[in-house]
Amino acid sequence: MNGSGIKITKDLTIPKLFVSQCKKYGKNKVAMREKEFGIWIPFTWQDYYDNVKYLCLGMVSLGLKRGDKVSMIGDNRPEGLWAEMAALCAGAMGVWLFQDCMMDEVKYIIDHSDTKFFVGETQEEVDKALSIKDECPKLEWIIWDDPKGMRSYDQQYLISLKRVQELGKELDKKEPDLFENLVNEGHGDEICLLFYTSGTTALPKGALLSHWNMLTMGQNLMSVDPCYDTDDFVSYLPFAWIGEQMMSISCGLQVGYTLNFPEEPETARENIREIGPHVMFAPPRLYEGMTREVQVKYIDSTWIKRKVYEFATKVGYRVANLRFERQPVPWYWRFLNWIASVTMQEKLKDHLGMSRLRHCYTGGAAMGPDHFRFFHALGVNLKQIYGQTEIAGISIVHRDGDVKFDTVGTPIPNTEVKITEEGEIISKSPSVFSGYYKNEEATRKTLVDGWLYSGDRGFIDEDGHLVVFDRSKDVMTLSDGRPFAPQYLETRLKFSPFVQEAWVIGDERDYVTAVMCIDYSVVGKWADEKKINYTSYPELSQKPEVCDLIQKQIEEANKDLPGPAKIHKFVNLYKAFDADDEELTRTSKLRRAFVENRYQDIVNALYADSDMVHMDTTITYEDGREQRIKTDLRIQNVNI
Amino acid sequence: MVQVGELREGDTILRLEDVHMYFGKVAALAGVSLEVKKGEIHSIIGPNGAGKTVMMNCINGLYRPQQGNIYYKGEKINDLRPYKRAELGISRTFQKIELFGGMTVLDNIRLGRHALLKSGILSGSVYVGKTKREELETRKFIEEEIIDLLEIESIRDKTVHMLPYGLQKRVELGRALALNPELLLLDEPLAGLNLEEVEDMARFILDLNEEERWKVTCILVEHDMGVVMDISKRVFVLNFGNQITDGPPEEVQNNPDVIKAYLGEEDLYATRR
Repeated sequence: MNGSGIKITKDLTIPKLFVSQCKKYGKNKVAMREKEFGIWIPFTWQDYYDNVKYLCLGMVSLGLKRGDKVSMIGDNRPEGLWAEMAALCAGAMGVWLFQDCMMDEVKYIIDHSDTKFFVGETQEEVDKALSIKDECPKLEWIIWDDPKGMRSYDQQYLISLKRVQELGKELDKKEPDLFENLVNEGHGDEICLLFYTSGTTALPKGALLSHWNMLTMGQNLMSVDPCYDTDDFVSYLPFAWIGEQMMSISCGLQVGYTLNFPEEPETARENIREIGPHVMFAPPRLYEGMTREVQVKYIDSTWIKRKVYEFATKVGYRVANLRFERQPVPWYWRFLNWIASVTMQEKLKDHLGMSRLRHCYTGGAAMGPDHFRFFHALGVNLKQIYGQTEIAGISIVHRDGDVKFDTVGTPIPNTEVKITEEGEIISKSPSVFSGYYKNEEATRKTLVDGWLYSGDRGFIDEDGHLVVFDRSKDVMTLSDGRPFAPQYLETRLKFSPFVQEAWVIGDERDYVTAVMCIDYSVVGKWADEKKINYTSYPELSQKPEVCDLIQKQIEEANKDLPGPAKIHKFVNLYKAFDADDEELTRTSKLRRAFVENRYQDIVNALYADSDMVHMDTTITYEDGREQRIKTDLRIQNVNI
Repeated sequence: MVQVGELREGDTILRLEDVHMYFGKVAALAGVSLEVKKGEIHSIIGPNGAGKTVMMNCINGLYRPQQGNIYYKGEKINDLRPYKRAELGISRTFQKIELFGGMTVLDNIRLGRHALLKSGILSGSVYVGKTKREELETRKFIEEEIIDLLEIESIRDKTVHMLPYGLQKRVELGRALALNPELLLLDEPLAGLNLEEVEDMARFILDLNEEERWKVTCILVEHDMGVVMDISKRVFVLNFGNQITDGPPEEVQNNPDVIKAYLGEEDLYATRR
């Protein structure tokens, strides 16, 4: 069936599955590893069970009841997963926050979700919780797991994870059957996760997902792309992203593959290479980052290496294109591809940690066709996943051998996808959520007769693949009246290693323009080589040479575009878009309405006859500090 | 070899008694006396050329004062060579980074541990018994106590000269810590760092001083008055080789002689806050 043979019923819950898997594997199999102090430290399923059990009982003895909310924040680490599983075992709901959430967001979510227990990792997260404690009266306990910097805290409601587990052990001695009873009380229709969607337009909404939602989603995905309990998966993307929950909890638990946690977020790439995972699911920005890195290293390398790379990519692209067009690959191309694979592709894949990769997914945002082709030319089986948090993360995926780079694939089993008359994508499956927490109105709008309204516009092509155009409200109308997706243009622009972010404007305007954010490290390095002096991002972005460089990148992207969609003018922004400034969502999607409002002056100048725009704004740093910026931005024309 | 006993917090760990240091006819130190108690952060401040670094060099043995005595845990250490003083638990960082640029971060830190290692070349080459145990302990100590504390996991295998200045400063502190020191001499650890790096470094110093595991006594030479006044227990003020005062930060800040010595140099010592 799904590689695990587990039957998902309405009675099954994530904790019940957890307990049965722990009993099945026990001490004989590694459930997870964490790199700590330079060494990969394994935890068996028995360790996993014990830790979750005592943590769960500990929280119960501190007053955790069924239906309470437990919020979690911190880097990916075993303790984070234990806390989530412990909360679920007690019948409580898990709420995850992004590690880099600003104070307001933390406060909003803790308050809105009625969180009773807060589990943080270090002093930093504890500080966040302490500063909002007074404003969130329902918050009772703050649990931390890393003692570093915690020596001077003595609040009554602060407690260490170890101490909670000790309390759990004491309770277990008194009531040895309590844990299993708690687990057995659960039912598949109960809510297990309260998931705050990042929202490109409004305040975050809390989507309620049940055990049944999560488990059926995992089963349906695994029936398409089976995984095995001998596989490895690296968990390094935020647990607050549905995709990570999907892989670590739903699929991970059903299949029983080993989860690996990197040492620090900064070492994740290195650690992925050490593990060489079999499955990977990441948002486009990670693949974009890899592409950029390869392109930059290519420029830096020696002549002979560059030549080998050029040969191998040429062959790779040719073979990938034949496969995309579903044409047979002639033997001589296969032979050349073998040479390319031996000389370059395998080595490069090893550096990217992709040498053992069987299933590689991207999702959460649009990915450009150029990036897609790039990975297929390397021989990486990259596939699109399309879905929303509200459908437990996935409704559509590419099938092996049926990958089209401009589509997102076909529905997974038990899932129906339709297009409404207005062109909106709607879907129905057992994984569709039960509603938004404390938001009837939004639930009514999104959920109609069991159909989930996505707010995305798209169509189904002749092969039955879904093509996602863009968010309905983002679709542009070009000067000739044709509809056009700005994110398509933006992803094309981002294929240049010098471009970090792009924002395309032109809805019902005479021509299309763009606001560009340069990649500071890549452009900075380029400037160093050209002996161009600069001290900061704002200064570098406005150098005439840098503007010319970006102009060339845009002209390259313009080449294959129809006339009215070509970009005529652009401006380099004095900073990169940032989630802390609310310009991006926490999953790095551009919040178009917000930036349009914020950079009104720039938009006006792009459609006026000026060649300069004066800016005077404040930017916010991650630690809350603010800085005022006054600068002049160059407006540059592109040769059409 | 000087035998040293266990000290309790508040006992004198280091004492300089009327130390004179001349370079030709220039008196870099003209009769300086200092008493550092165990467990405190004792800062030395003063204008450029006041003799702060000379004092540090006298303490760790790079310079030998012509006159006066230096006592470590009650024993006179005037005649001990720098490496002998390192073995006693006196460790230091340098104003201008003195790392081995071509070596990795980990190798640099390991080198700081060298003075405490006992196994020789022969036993090291076969890696059995005691040597193996020692090697494992060293690894554990460096990883768990130093790399984790200084948050340099992501650069442990990088070559030092490729790293930005702020990280090199951190690595240098790491190497000083590898000696598991009781007395740590920090020569301008904050110079040349940006605001964020200063905050990190100040936190590390506080952690080292307060954390039960370390409890290191620190002598801090630093120009950043904001940090000095914030974290020091006592501040020693030096001007052209002469001791001006030595006392708690509040007292030093209000001392008329100090104000006079600094007069006209307000900008130079403007705090970062």
